[in-house]
Amino acid sequence: MSAVATSRYVAEYGALAPTLPGQSLPWLQQLRRDALTKFSANGFPSPREEEWRYTNVSAIEKRLFTPALKQSSGQVDADWLKAQQLDDAWSVVLVNGHFSTEYSQLDSLPDGVTVISMADALVETQDFATLLETHLGHAVNNAEHNLVAFNTAWFSDGVFVHVPAKQVLTKPIQLLHIVTEADAMATTRNVIMVDELAEAQVIETFVGLDNAYLTAAVTEVFVGQNAHLTLTKMQIESEKAYHFGGTYAKQSKDARFTHHNFAFGGLLARCDIHTDLDQASECELNGLYLGVKRQHIDNHTRINHLKPHAISREMYKGVLDDRAKGVFQGRVIVAEDAQKTDSQMNNRNLLLSDDAEADTKPQLEIYADDVKCGHGVTVGQLDEKSIFYLQSRSVDEETARNMLTFAFANEMVDKIKIKSLHDKVLEQVLARFPQEGVEKDWL
Amino acid sequence: MLSIKDLTVNVGDKQILKGINLEIKAGEIHAIMGPNGSGKSTLSHVLSGKAGYDVTGGSVMYQGKNLLDMMPEIRAREGVFLAFQYPVEIPGVSNIYLLKAALNAIRKYHGLSEVDAMDFLTLVKHKVKLLEMDEKFLYRAVNEGFSGGEKKRNEILQMAILEPKLCILDETDSGLDIDALKVVAEGVNSLRSNDRAFVMITHYQRLLDYIKPDFVHVLAHGQIVKSGGAELALELEEKGYSWVENQVVA
Ligand SMILES: Nc1ncnc2c1ncn2[C@@H]1O[C@H](COP(=O)(O)OP(=O)(O)OP(=O)(O)O)[C@@H](O)[C@H]1O
Ligand SMILES: [Mg+2]
Repeated sequence: MSAVATSRYVAEYGALAPTLPGQSLPWLQQLRRDALTKFSANGFPSPREEEWRYTNVSAIEKRLFTPALKQSSGQVDADWLKAQQLDDAWSVVLVNGHFSTEYSQLDSLPDGVTVISMADALVETQDFATLLETHLGHAVNNAEHNLVAFNTAWFSDGVFVHVPAKQVLTKPIQLLHIVTEADAMATTRNVIMVDELAEAQVIETFVGLDNAYLTAAVTEVFVGQNAHLTLTKMQIESEKAYHFGGTYAKQSKDARFTHHNFAFGGLLARCDIHTDLDQASECELNGLYLGVKRQHIDNHTRINHLKPHAISREMYKGVLDDRAKGVFQGRVIVAEDAQKTDSQMNNRNLLLSDDAEADTKPQLEIYADDVKCGHGVTVGQLDEKSIFYLQSRSVDEETARNMLTFAFANEMVDKIKIKSLHDKVLEQVLARFPQEGVEKDWL
Repeated sequence: MLSIKDLTVNVGDKQILKGINLEIKAGEIHAIMGPNGSGKSTLSHVLSGKAGYDVTGGSVMYQGKNLLDMMPEIRAREGVFLAFQYPVEIPGVSNIYLLKAALNAIRKYHGLSEVDAMDFLTLVKHKVKLLEMDEKFLYRAVNEGFSGGEKKRNEILQMAILEPKLCILDETDSGLDIDALKVVAEGVNSLRSNDRAFVMITHYQRLLDYIKPDFVHVLAHGQIVKSGGAELALELEEKGYSWVENQVVA
């Protein structure tokens, strides 16, 4: 215990603190102090904690990643950047944890829609600061676990997105988080608010150059009454990177929240997706994790049915090859008051090698008596019957295996409605597994 | 075209096929009938190369080559096609994708170029019409959620498009309603030619009313216990299998 109590990150914090945004906001200073106190006591989460049983993040403590300075945002290769950006979308670019005005492209945002740097929003003179006081730290708090606390104390910037009531955005907004420096850490806090009857599609992309680095991002989401937010996370970090990303949502009455989680990158990646459902709200959580080599990919979801008549649908699929390990922990909690809850959670894992591993743990905690809740998990290999069937139709075995693997993953890719995003995700899937026999053009 | 000699096959320690002899020439139609569990599907699986069967004796020559030496996909490319008794559902792979992959694999094997996209579509749509199927089936995942009859019809659609040389139909008629049976039979009949042979495994005369076999064989307890012409099927329908089963070579 005492070893972590002296986290090397804490030792560095004193010098960093005055450079962090929100200096003039007492509420934020208090929030950061609480977070620091909490983090100082125990350091990064330990496998002794139930929620971290399968994922050991001690390497983050050992490696000591360094916060990148704003100036280091420096030069990003233009072609590389372009390849990461979606066509036909508003684009925010964060470089090494800092909002880059230079690379962001926010022309012709409709009136009333806000997409700005979190550091800029957290200035006393901004109206946004007042809004953030009641939102930042309200979809998740420091008690969640110490990576959230770490993020709260350390975040250097982020994005604040606000879509006002009744506004229906015609184009998606992409938040592109890139890390270009070795041994850097990018710690961002993002808040997305979609007010009553509004509709928006937001994409969070996490990508970096071929270095070891740390991403520790927290995104808080507020979906207003009858509003609809589709949030897609595309985690394609470098294969040496450490990634923590938490998405914590609060849905008002009749709100819809659709989340797609593509967890493809990172040496060690942990993702939390939580949502609180108010009356008659709906959430759809889709996930696809692909692990190769020695990747460790952990996804935790929590769906809180707090009020009656809400609907949740969850489908997470994993494909694990080589020595990769996938973790899925999915909790559905139905409060006493949440009668007529309709919930279905599924996790399916495909193991492509004998050394790959999938740990899956669905948990239903039901305190109401009139509910419809189901869950199912599978861990298995490709179906030999299907392989033979394809062979009997002239397809060779290797091609058959590739076709079936791809088909398994593609079900999740096909759920994306935005064409340019769909194609980008598809490209990433194809890049990770043998494509011999998978003819993209025939799809 | 196909010559099966003294074929014996085990599953695990259990002998299922106990010395099958069968000669099939191009242009012929053979019907195989026989009681449940007698080994009909086992024979069709062994011919198409399914794993899990242990050939303990005998030989199978197909167009002068040792069929048992070939990988399943090579057999298929050489023209062997099995319409399964229980077609497999393949979520995520559309019918049209599989058809294209299959057709191109066959063409490549025979030194031909990939099929032209337009020609392919024309061909497929023509065959879909022939089998009175909805074009929507092409874009659905292979057999996923298909009714029993739709699956069988889909097998024949594949056969019609891939144009194999040796067509083995394992109880394709089971589960088909009367209209569907007619359509499927017409599909099969349209493929009849001098260089193509059919093996039809069935329990019912009604299929043979539409597709008249040249030979009928009765498979019982892993052996062909009786062979005859089309009239044998009628006799079987009347007298049941026990009539021939009792004639098993002592
Ligand atoms: N994998 C297996 N393991 C054990 N026994 C098997 C296996 N496959 C087939 N058998 C057995 O072999 C015998 C023949 O089965 P087969 O499926 O070939 O019969 P069939 O003639 O096609 O019957 P049906 O008319 O019911 O379709 C049966 O007794 C069956 O139980
Ligand atoms: Mg059978």
